[in-house]
Amino acid sequence: MNELTDPSRRDFLKTTAIVSGGLVIAFIVPGAGRFALAQPAPPPKLPPPNAFLRIGSDDTVTVLLSHSEMGQGIWTALPMLIAEELDADWSRIKVEHAPAAPVYAHTVFQMQMTGGSSSTWSEFDRYRQAGAMARALLVQAAAKRFRVKPAAVRTKNGEVIAGGKRARYGELAEAAGKLPPPKSVKLKDPKDWKIIGKATKRLDTPEKISGRAQFGMDVHFPGLLTAVVERAPVFGATVKSFDAAAAKAVPGVRAVVQVPSGVAVVADHFWAAKLGRDALKVDWDLGPNAGLDSTALHERFRQLAGTPGMVADQAGDAAGALAKAAKTIEAEYAVPYLAHAPMEPLNCTVRITPERCEIWTGTQFQTMDQGVAAAITGLKPEQITVHTTFLGGGFGRRATPTSDAVSEALHVAKAANAPVKTVWTREDDVRGGYYRSAFVHRVRAGAGADGLPLAWHHTVVGQSILVGTPFEAMLVKNGIDDTSVEGVHDSPYLKGVPDRRIELHSPKTGIPVLWWRSVGHSHTAFVMESMIDELALAAGKDPVNYRRVLLKDHPRSLGVLNLAAQKAGWGGALPAGRARGVAVHESFGSFVAQVAEVSVENGRIRVHRVVCAIDCGVAVNPEAVAAQMESGIAFGLSAALRSALHFKDGRVQESNFHDYEVLRMDEMPRVETHIVPSTAKMGGVGEVGVPPIAPAVANAVAVLTGQRLRELPLTLRT
Amino acid sequence: MQVTVNGAKHEVNAPPDMPLLWVLRDILGLTGTKFGCGMAQCGACTVHVDGEALRSCVMPVSATAGKAITTIEGLSPDSTHPVQRAWAELDVVQCGYCQSGQIMSAAALLAAKPRPTDDEIVAALTGNICRCGTYQRIRAAVHRAAELGRRA
Repeated sequence: MNELTDPSRRDFLKTTAIVSGGLVIAFIVPGAGRFALAQPAPPPKLPPPNAFLRIGSDDTVTVLLSHSEMGQGIWTALPMLIAEELDADWSRIKVEHAPAAPVYAHTVFQMQMTGGSSSTWSEFDRYRQAGAMARALLVQAAAKRFRVKPAAVRTKNGEVIAGGKRARYGELAEAAGKLPPPKSVKLKDPKDWKIIGKATKRLDTPEKISGRAQFGMDVHFPGLLTAVVERAPVFGATVKSFDAAAAKAVPGVRAVVQVPSGVAVVADHFWAAKLGRDALKVDWDLGPNAGLDSTALHERFRQLAGTPGMVADQAGDAAGALAKAAKTIEAEYAVPYLAHAPMEPLNCTVRITPERCEIWTGTQFQTMDQGVAAAITGLKPEQITVHTTFLGGGFGRRATPTSDAVSEALHVAKAANAPVKTVWTREDDVRGGYYRSAFVHRVRAGAGADGLPLAWHHTVVGQSILVGTPFEAMLVKNGIDDTSVEGVHDSPYLKGVPDRRIELHSPKTGIPVLWWRSVGHSHTAFVMESMIDELALAAGKDPVNYRRVLLKDHPRSLGVLNLAAQKAGWGGALPAGRARGVAVHESFGSFVAQVAEVSVENGRIRVHRVVCAIDCGVAVNPEAVAAQMESGIAFGLSAALRSALHFKDGRVQESNFHDYEVLRMDEMPRVETHIVPSTAKMGGVGEVGVPPIAPAVANAVAVLTGQRLRELPLTLRT
Repeated sequence: MQVTVNGAKHEVNAPPDMPLLWVLRDILGLTGTKFGCGMAQCGACTVHVDGEALRSCVMPVSATAGKAITTIEGLSPDSTHPVQRAWAELDVVQCGYCQSGQIMSAAALLAAKPRPTDDEIVAALTGNICRCGTYQRIRAAVHRAAELGRRA
């Protein structure tokens, strides 16, 4: 952990330009002063300097990541942006997670965080500018040294060249660091890009194939203890009393302490803590959620779906038009509660001293964590150091508005009065809440004589992620949590439907819910793309042609639809017993179409091949885009084929991968990704592969078996 | 109790039923082997015991007495094992958390079956979960590693 605790790493933030032996690029981020949430506003006149790269005298270029690497590949993509403008030697690039500080606030969301498939597009300008500024300073320093005009100096592959004279960046770094930063820089014309847009191998591979990569779970230093927490068996339950005698008798157990979330057993290592927890006796007051039951919840959501809700979108007279439609289809769709189940169970390490609090964790929400730590320790945010480790998957779970895992670990370390790593078991993780909510959709669609939709009445029922969080004031408008209806109220299909009404119910249940990779789109795409398919089949139309008509004024959706259909050989012959299904969906600013080839073997749905087309604007690293499509499809297939959480007597019934099933290699289809060459507005990549796969598979199953499956996970009726 | 890990003998003070995983991670400091489920469901903790791929999260340390344990740290000194080279070549990893286990399962498969079929790869690796869904690249990389192994 020496690297993480190296004081020079912290101190450079206090300087604007110079550290010994190198150059730090410093510049002002417009808008950083508006940074709002848990962080106190920085002084308005002097926004803090920002530091995104260091050039060492040994020629290394160290890129500081304002976002967290959780598999999506920004450990490589963001350095590519800097290296492009810097004309850096790619083999000398090193990468570190940035510390938590206001300067690293998201350029749009105004807090330091990773989510919304936004890391690359939101940093596209800032990281390129940082690279260009560093290059400009190196050019100036070289011009001075060589006694030539800056215009006579060029840069290439980590070197400055002026006629016959050359210098490596490392030789000039210190001199460059003493120069005033340029007031403006000119970025390269895209036609001159040498790195952006080129398939580039990941920079984190060496650590990740050798076991050296440091995840939060791997943090260790002398004196560090490990805690396992006995948490409420029912959401909202509270500790009445506990008997720690047997737990304390376990060799290696050091302390048993009560914290707001339960009772923590603190020990020399995980195994002792776990055995201690097994021996612990806690008497709980189960509270108001002791009767939670999935079947009852589902019935409640279904009943709500038949009643008027809050209006998310409205045009014309949906009810009147439905009554007059040549044909109507009424359908009810449902999806279950889901856990994120990242491979690395939640964990957080905390060390508190009178002057300082250090946190080591794989987090998507540094700003929240810092704010929560300040509140719990009584220290100031700048006294809280957040060391972001690699994340063993996130999918949204490491971005809770309450910083639940970090908050709990802080309480444990404080109560134990020792540095502690709090580790969740898989069972804790699966049963720990912050799920993708279950949803029920009721849709009535009316078609004209041509089979195209003319009227649409759609009621969405499911828990709100944002209500009751610090984001509510900013993001919930007129009671509508956009994350519940995204993908429906803004569907391109509905733009052309003159009579439409989209309603929302956001019932409260006591179950904590959260964004889960692709958020609302994880259910809305399933519903919209299945309904469109139902309408196409009812009209006797080819599903691709039907969509082409509806999407004629949406060129990017149409583009990916056509590309996926063409590459998949849509309409062409298939082996006996197979069928194709298609879906196209926009999310996070990107457009994705998928064609799935499906069979049914022994009553089981098997997906053999998925052809995926994406338009995400400029694809900074096409290799990473392809990897994220494969990843999103696998993640979406887990939900389409396997995963569901159930509640009985207030308790989560599933606990580990034997009953909370996820996709394994035996069910992974062959995935082929095609990227639309595009200079259109950039969108995200990390989540956008997820939404279309469930409906693409369901649509294929409908063709293959005649069964229209309207619930996830997809289950064939026998 | 004595355990032999990556060729080195270690005297460890641990209860005999402590799973090998926690001896490796919390006592010997070998954190490349990962905790994912604790019940042999995900494969993140896979190590070799006398050459066989086993789940260290359910293996009592006492059961490894006299056996040679290899972890990801001991697979090769410099990441040049054919499986590691293939993983790098095909850009397999994403979050990376499951990959130590995937690599150890793949290496054991190739040691037993130098030219595995797709079905044999799936059979050997279906016990290793990857939530990032790198399965397609893993499958290809095992074939590539088989090629690299033959050339070596």
